[in-house]
Amino acid sequence: MTGQVTEQGAEFRVNGARLIGDMSGAVYWPATDALIVADLHLEKASAYATRGVALPPYDTTETLNRLEACLERFAPRLFVSLGDSFHDNSWQERMAARDAARLVSLSRQIETVWVLGNHDPAPPSGLAGKACESLDMSADGSLHFRHEPIARDSAAFTCGEVAGHLHPCARVRQRGRVLRRRCFVEDTTRLILPAFGALTGSLNVLDSAFDAVFEAGHFNAWMIGKNTIAGLSANQLSPDRG
Amino acid sequence: MGEITLPTVFANWFATRGWYPRAHQQALWAETRAGNHALLIAPTGGGKTLAGFLPSLIDLADRPESRTQGLHTIYVSPLKALAVDIQRNLMEPVEQMGIDICIETRTGDTPPNRKQRQKTHPPQIMLTTPEQIALMLSWPEAPSYFASLRHIIIDELHALYPNKRGDLLALGLARLSTLAPNVVCTGLSATVAEPDSLRRYLTPQTEPGSLASLVVGAEGAAAQVDILDTKERLPWGSHSALHAMSDVLAAIKKVKTALIFVNTRSQAERVFRELWDINHDNLEIALHHGSLARERRRKVEAAMATGSLRAVVCTSTLDLGIDWGSVDLVIHVGAPKGASRLAQRIGRANHQYDTASSALLVPSNRFEVLECEAARESVAAGEQDGAVFRRGGLDVLAQHIFGTACAGPFSATQIYDEVRKAHAYHSLSRETFEQVLDFVSTGGYALRSYDRFARLRRDRENPDLYRLTHPRLATRYAMNVGTIVEAPMLKVRLTRARKASGAGRPRPLTGGRVLGEMEEYFLTSLTPGDTFVFAGETLKLEAVRDTEALVSRARDADAKVPSYQGGRFPISIHLAARVRAMLADPEQWQKLPAQVAQWLTLQAEVSRVPNESGLLVETFARAARYYMTCYPFEGRLAHQTLGMLLTRRLERAGARPMGFVANDYALSIWSLRDVGLMIEQGTLRLEDLFSSDMLGDDLEAWLDESSLMKRTFRDCAMIGGLIERQFPGQKKTGRQVTFSADLIFDVLRTHQPDHVLLQAARADASTGLLDIGRLGHMLSRISGQISHCRLKHVSPLAAPVLMEMGKEPIRGAADDDLLSEAAARNTRLIMEASGLIGD
Repeated sequence: MTGQVTEQGAEFRVNGARLIGDMSGAVYWPATDALIVADLHLEKASAYATRGVALPPYDTTETLNRLEACLERFAPRLFVSLGDSFHDNSWQERMAARDAARLVSLSRQIETVWVLGNHDPAPPSGLAGKACESLDMSADGSLHFRHEPIARDSAAFTCGEVAGHLHPCARVRQRGRVLRRRCFVEDTTRLILPAFGALTGSLNVLDSAFDAVFEAGHFNAWMIGKNTIAGLSANQLSPDRG
Repeated sequence: MGEITLPTVFANWFATRGWYPRAHQQALWAETRAGNHALLIAPTGGGKTLAGFLPSLIDLADRPESRTQGLHTIYVSPLKALAVDIQRNLMEPVEQMGIDICIETRTGDTPPNRKQRQKTHPPQIMLTTPEQIALMLSWPEAPSYFASLRHIIIDELHALYPNKRGDLLALGLARLSTLAPNVVCTGLSATVAEPDSLRRYLTPQTEPGSLASLVVGAEGAAAQVDILDTKERLPWGSHSALHAMSDVLAAIKKVKTALIFVNTRSQAERVFRELWDINHDNLEIALHHGSLARERRRKVEAAMATGSLRAVVCTSTLDLGIDWGSVDLVIHVGAPKGASRLAQRIGRANHQYDTASSALLVPSNRFEVLECEAARESVAAGEQDGAVFRRGGLDVLAQHIFGTACAGPFSATQIYDEVRKAHAYHSLSRETFEQVLDFVSTGGYALRSYDRFARLRRDRENPDLYRLTHPRLATRYAMNVGTIVEAPMLKVRLTRARKASGAGRPRPLTGGRVLGEMEEYFLTSLTPGDTFVFAGETLKLEAVRDTEALVSRARDADAKVPSYQGGRFPISIHLAARVRAMLADPEQWQKLPAQVAQWLTLQAEVSRVPNESGLLVETFARAARYYMTCYPFEGRLAHQTLGMLLTRRLERAGARPMGFVANDYALSIWSLRDVGLMIEQGTLRLEDLFSSDMLGDDLEAWLDESSLMKRTFRDCAMIGGLIERQFPGQKKTGRQVTFSADLIFDVLRTHQPDHVLLQAARADASTGLLDIGRLGHMLSRISGQISHCRLKHVSPLAAPVLMEMGKEPIRGAADDDLLSEAAARNTRLIMEASGLIGD
């Protein structure tokens, strides 16, 4: 197992594949020139607004700003969105025309894979790219992309799984201060990406929801700060409660 | 005021008790009868509450028909317990005089069936809270419900008005002045520096500057205030006054019952424990603070009422309200922080109006001696801390508008005129009002994408008319009403200790008694096995489950004392000015205890003593760190803000600051480069460093990242109704918090920095946790008057603040640095990186 923070971001290996965890929350896979993000949750605020909770309607714009900046920086051959790309399946009724146009052009410019998630089980219409439940790729290692991670004791689990869904964050105490930040979580056999969306909350990696995914105490959290990423081992972290 | 004769039944009632109506009681009755709003200022024990109710009782006795016409009088108090206590005390004279009326309380604790009955069958007199008034005003029946209302009595107005609860009540009063145009408002208050702001509060500002009548009760006897002069060595930086505990115990022994006030709950715990450690006579000494379980507090209060306690160690929970005649001494451990507060607390002793209250101040360190002396002189001179005008919160206004909409369709113009009757909202512009209204309707976003999901909708025919789009929104309002946003709390439950080690699985923890509640952030900063003091006992944390912390009794002498700081106020502007004046005048040092005078003399020898209006800056080096200490005396909150801003500037100047600590008097920043040398060489100019333009861009830039700002924003978002309250016991569902206020803050700040909720949060931050207003005054005061002393060693005045290190979190270091530091502790990764362990 290896890992280090370089100028590019956090560098770690999952099932042999060398990956770069970017400050934005995206993962870049140099061997295949692919950029992967998870949980964009586009049009989340407007979904709440339909129920009377008027969250700021700027989340889609903000998320797309960050995504475009990231795609520009890495200029990848392939773009993979790991599910929950849209907060629900009626996003098109609410998305501003300008944002929708940006999304269309993005999906046309780069080969795009829309992995389906629990929030967006139907393939997005009107966008280019392919939609699928999961995606397998091999280069310096084989990776298996899907939205929801599979329990490690399940027969269906395969090494090299890269998933989202859980919105991981980690919490650490340092000099009397508590820092809680989004993070990548990996144990060299699998990886969970943080949520990329601007209005997506996060769940502490020590929450029981992660128990089925990682063996307690045996994983690394790559916490995303303002201008740096910090690699911490599981035993340095603290839970939100208890 | 001329002679007024009370109705016979009242005159007789006074006569049979050998009492006579006091002048202020009669005067207040005359004002109320004439239909005038009035403020009664009287010291505690002056029959203030009875004075407030007398006009209502007389009206109800005089006009039998008023007893069948529904709600007649509302009494509002900031404390639920006070409402309950008043009911008990009011029932007695009413029954004795044989007035057949119904008096009931209505608080958050009132059972739902009684609340329901009160809706259809209102009592004549209702004793309630600002939140309940807001809730009742959101009923569609509100106009008829309140039509009969004649009188509103607001108790402890001085404590209620200068905050958001006061804003909520003020808006409620404005609404009531429309629903019941003849209603008369009476405020009851302790002595305040500026009664006019309270008088404006009580009167609808239809004419700008209208004032309620003022009735002032006779002053009670002057209080006897002493400062404990100890033979023990006075500590420099401690806050616990442990050196004085045997003196305190001796003072308790001399009187019947003593109230021992402290400033924070952790101090209460510590003082209580120390007293019991030396309490060999087993005097009945109890503990009372806001985190203890309610039953525990009630027990202490009951024991107090029967006079079976010798002393109670308490926090601000006993500042207000319930009368205990038997208290004959108030002991104040630690500095009182404000003159008005001290006067209030002293008033808790000896509620017999005509006899002098006596109080003993126990400073816990040398600075506090100065503060205690300043407070003693203020109380003797009858001075009060000044109040600053408070502009009403826009988040509270949003809540009020939403509540008004729940009651029925409303005209925006009418509501705009109505809310401006409240003094705090008098200068509200129509433009800002429209922004708030738009926020309530559709979120108030420049991007008009939510018009179809609106909560309020304009009438097609009459665009001035707004109505709720769905009745279920009213239920949501009722769930979220109020302005009190408390830190999330966990129950502390006693359980049996887990076996340290043993074969097999540990026994599951079983629940026992609940000892009280503590802030979640404190408990989650502990790890199982850590010990702390709570409810007077040393406890060990076993586990945290859902909303409970399971603890066991521990015998650990070195318990980690709770560091939670509920109720910690910064020193008041008025007291701080007195302390500065005292320091600047060596003549005055004579009256201070010898060891304090020596401390100041020594300071004058090795450095300088701060003068009255300028700022003293000291620098010295120690262990490769370069310290800069300054003495603004503007309170902890303003100093923390200053510390944040100065570290940014020092960073830019290349001084490489590492962190800072602040207390009420001073601020100390340490750096890797020699700041003293930089000042001497002129590469760093103090006038630039402390120039008030730091409140411009630097402040904005810092606010963007400040966790205080985020916390303030969260509160505003909750009060304003953007996000829902988290109820205690409500478990976070699903795999993650769906969204957080922090994320909303970030997105809004980027895309609509002038959004009304951000305006509200900035306004709160500058008056509240960041104390920017006070900082601004200080910066302009010291301009051109900054002096620098470059020292070899730490000065006597600087020592106390440096001793705060380790007690206070060190701030100023950037989050990223802390993250990297944490990562550097990750030895596994370091070894991997250096190739010591391979794949």
